[in-house]
Amino acid sequence: MDILELVNFYIIPGIVLGSIYALGAVGITLVFAILRYAHLAHGDLATLGAFVALACVTALGISPLLALPMAIVATAAVAVGIDKVFYEHLRNRPKIVTVMASLGVALMIRSVIQVVWGVDTQTYSRGIVRPEDYFGLRIRDREFYTVFAMLLLVGGLQLFLTRTKWGKAMRAMSDNPNLALLSGIDNKKVVMLTWLVAGGLCAAAGYFLGLNTELKSLMGWSMLLPMFAAAILGGVGRVEGAVLGGLVVGIAEELSVLWIPSEYKAAMAFVILLFMLLVRPTGLLKGKVL
Amino acid sequence: MEILGLVNYALYMAIFIAIYALLALGLNIQWGFAGLFNAGIAGFFAVGAYTSAILTSPAADGRIGGFDLHFTIGWIGAMVAAALVAWPIGKICLRFRSDYLAIASIGVAEIIRLVIKSEAELTNGARGISNIPRPAGDFGYMESQIAYLALVLGVLIVVYLLVERQFNAPWGRMMRAIRDNEDAARAMGKNVEFRRLEAFIFGSALMGLGGALFAHFNRSITPEAIDPMVATFLVWIMLILGGSGNNRGAILGAAVVWIIWSVSEIATDQLPHEYAVQAKYIRLFLIGLMLQLVLRFRPEGLLPEPLRGDLNGRGRNTKSGPANQ
Repeated sequence: MDILELVNFYIIPGIVLGSIYALGAVGITLVFAILRYAHLAHGDLATLGAFVALACVTALGISPLLALPMAIVATAAVAVGIDKVFYEHLRNRPKIVTVMASLGVALMIRSVIQVVWGVDTQTYSRGIVRPEDYFGLRIRDREFYTVFAMLLLVGGLQLFLTRTKWGKAMRAMSDNPNLALLSGIDNKKVVMLTWLVAGGLCAAAGYFLGLNTELKSLMGWSMLLPMFAAAILGGVGRVEGAVLGGLVVGIAEELSVLWIPSEYKAAMAFVILLFMLLVRPTGLLKGKVL
Repeated sequence: MEILGLVNYALYMAIFIAIYALLALGLNIQWGFAGLFNAGIAGFFAVGAYTSAILTSPAADGRIGGFDLHFTIGWIGAMVAAALVAWPIGKICLRFRSDYLAIASIGVAEIIRLVIKSEAELTNGARGISNIPRPAGDFGYMESQIAYLALVLGVLIVVYLLVERQFNAPWGRMMRAIRDNEDAARAMGKNVEFRRLEAFIFGSALMGLGGALFAHFNRSITPEAIDPMVATFLVWIMLILGGSGNNRGAILGAAVVWIIWSVSEIATDQLPHEYAVQAKYIRLFLIGLMLQLVLRFRPEGLLPEPLRGDLNGRGRNTKSGPANQ
């Protein structure tokens, strides 16, 4: 196998898959670091985002790319709503109770999707898209969009976190919540902002997974483990770490089929997760360990 | 004949309740005693079911085993196998907060599902393993059901007595101390990681036993026999609704939730076919909502954890340490 074949069939799909994981992992890492619990409904929230985009495409007849912003806004609003209804009143209880509530929310979101959209696989647009040839590299347009949108969204988020008042407040809550609260940061606003960001990114992750493969009611749940592996690999609380982690997990999954049977592709994320917890629980970029 | 059908149905329900009660007791050791979040109950269940199936079914072509052993060996094997799966996971994850265990246990359940589906020489792939002998299975239908129910109830009572004894023993007190204030327990010289690992392994072994009882009851086991997410979630809601930290609560919760779950299935089966599929998901939604309502309005469950020597009754909601931040 020559190098071009390796890049075309394993590295490029790996980068695309990794970008999708990265979008979800950034949300997970923010929730984990700022609100301090593992949000198990993240995958199903991503599925919801993907199906909202599908509803926009079929109902309004717009192109899938225009449906993305709508899905992001809608899912961000849903995420804030879920927090208000199901998580907010658990804030003074041990955090693990919220983890449990999020497992219940995952089941609820999934069953709503299954009732509304059914359990059959669907796609945004029919037909086979042939990849374009760039000096031997075969890349589809949608693969460009995926990576580009990921870089744009995460880059924008990074600017927001480092340059604006509320972004800094979010980072302060992540670094030292007691100190942040003492210095007058409004906890409620930070929580809401976190859910807006996490929900929006979640929708983008689900949308691009649906764009590059197909839409299934369980697609988000199967993405949950890789997203958590990516967040922990990069270091909990580190946005750039989540992107790095996502790309590593995505490429590792695609490359793994060279050595192990393809049924076990999904096991790679789990192996990476356990390996990181064993040797370096702070992750590659020195995140936190809860 | 109506009466006979009802009796048969009641027997069937009772066996399932007893099996789920075992799972809930296993989860109670993990969550109720030690505050460990296991989201992969179905995985340990499946390990137990398949281990016992391989050990006790008659020899078959195309897969390992069919060792045709006695069912008690199968059940012990199921517990050992589930414990062996739990050990490395607990070893790696229990150093951290329980969130990590939650994620890893979801992963374990997922990997076990993959192994069962793809390792055909071990599990016979999608066709599953059949011809699993049922203890007292040679009698007529109803006698055999009654005999199996008696056997399952016997196992449940023994397990309940043992777990209840552990709960009241110094070991149980120590586990609750670790759960409610890890730092204080550590300062008293308790080996927190090792004790948590014990609780995780004991609980998982019980889940494996539950799986084995299920496989022998069905006489077969296939990858589609149980829906992992639904099974895991049902056990969770059983324990939380019944009262985590209370063994009787776990058993009561298993009975209540399973009866609600089955009766709602009967109700939705009456619907015409095109609604029946959707109704299944509405039931799942309601089960999810039920957990939220219990967590919000009655977090201690129907039978709260008995508190000894704690007169002011505080600390009832302190699972895995005081509320931090």
